Amino acid sequence: MCDQTFLVNVFGSCDKCFKQRALRPVFKKSQQLNYCSICAEIMATDGLHESETLAALRSEAEGLKGKLEEERAKLHDVELHQVAERVEALGQFVMKTRRTLKGHGNKVLCMDWCRDKRRIVSSSQDGKVIVWDSFTTNKEHAVTMPCTWVMACAYAPSGCAIACGGLDNKCSVYPLTFDKNENMAAKKRSVAMHTNYLSACSFTNSDMQILTASGDGTCALWDVESGQLLQSFHGHGADVLCLDLAPSETGNTFVSGGCDKKAMVWDMRSGQCVQAFETHESDINSVRYYPSGDAFASGSDDATCRLYDLRADREVAIYSKESIIFGASSVDFSLSGRLLFAGYNDYTINVWDVLKGARASILFGHENRVSTLRVSPDGTAFCSGSWDHTLRVWA
Amino acid sequence: MSATNNVAQARKLVEQLRIEAGIERIKVSKASSELMSYCEQHARSDPLLVGVPASENPFKDKKPWRAEGAVSLRSP
Repeated sequence: MCDQTFLVNVFGSCDKCFKQRALRPVFKKSQQLNYCSICAEIMATDGLHESETLAALRSEAEGLKGKLEEERAKLHDVELHQVAERVEALGQFVMKTRRTLKGHGNKVLCMDWCRDKRRIVSSSQDGKVIVWDSFTTNKEHAVTMPCTWVMACAYAPSGCAIACGGLDNKCSVYPLTFDKNENMAAKKRSVAMHTNYLSACSFTNSDMQILTASGDGTCALWDVESGQLLQSFHGHGADVLCLDLAPSETGNTFVSGGCDKKAMVWDMRSGQCVQAFETHESDINSVRYYPSGDAFASGSDDATCRLYDLRADREVAIYSKESIIFGASSVDFSLSGRLLFAGYNDYTINVWDVLKGARASILFGHENRVSTLRVSPDGTAFCSGSWDHTLRVWA
Repeated sequence: MSATNNVAQARKLVEQLRIEAGIERIKVSKASSELMSYCEQHARSDPLLVGVPASENPFKDKKPWRAEGAVSLRSP
């Protein structure tokens, strides 16, 4: 494009210094301005300086990434499944659906167990949140949210409240009451406010704080009583889809997974990302800590589940099969960490031997995608929720 | 100005990578054997792994579950 001509002697007020000078046209963000020759030269060299800094930073970033890979590779002396060869093979599994919870009018999107190992809260696309007694399959509470697609729900540690949210961009807490005269919806308290949908929520060790993940790309920690934002976590380059808190013994961290294919481990107090893993080839739908807190598993739309060890700072196992081509939506460990249960979009649940990397069992029963899966707090059973409107308890 | 934003973003990325590059790591062999020993230590108390008799697992009981003093939530 050679139509820039400095031969036209426009004389006037410089757009930058406002002095009366001979002007030349300059382009800033495709907008034409008229600068005097001095200001034009300053601008040209400024731009150069900035792009030099940018280039320098970018090459330093690339260098650091390379160094990270090198450091991680140095410690990659063996594969987990090789070390696990000496472990006894798993026996045969007989796991069946023991309870079917029917009552939702549309896709079940999320569920959580109460610490009493018996009650379950589940949320659905139709806006309903239901609390069930999983032993009897009775519904104990039901509330209708003002929005559809309630993508996240969680039980408070005390068992006295539940939290939920979704397309309303909020996380709301409902105290649970057995008083038939009380309207559950009336006592609702809005705690978290995001600028996009709520994808996951979890109480911390007490009823007083909630951790949320959102389609706005951030996670946040909130005080339930005041609704105040205590800490926010920025770093994901796209929607955050899931989170899990580290088991209490291992301190104040949590892991999150997102549409940017990254799993990130955060320090809750500083808001800092302490480790990041980017080996998945698609959205990470679910993350769950290994019971010891030293590792975590992830389930992704790339049809694999992976295990990342936090102390080795790398992926140590992939759970996949050529025949599995649908995304894994939800994962959880059995109590000892030996088994990984994963729900898939092909309606099945695969049970993986975490150490040996092989599939131990495949469970059929749901008539649509499995969207959510959690092992009960005492490990006696696990519950799965599906787009087929039901939840199933397996043992 | 978008150029300044790019520089700020790039700086943040470099700082983040510096933090991540600086953490202490252990060998995969050591990490793996620790994961394994956790599994082995807890295997016996993992109901889904070893299985528990039907009498001890409330979900496996085929009879409708009844507790003493269970309150029916349906109105009388």
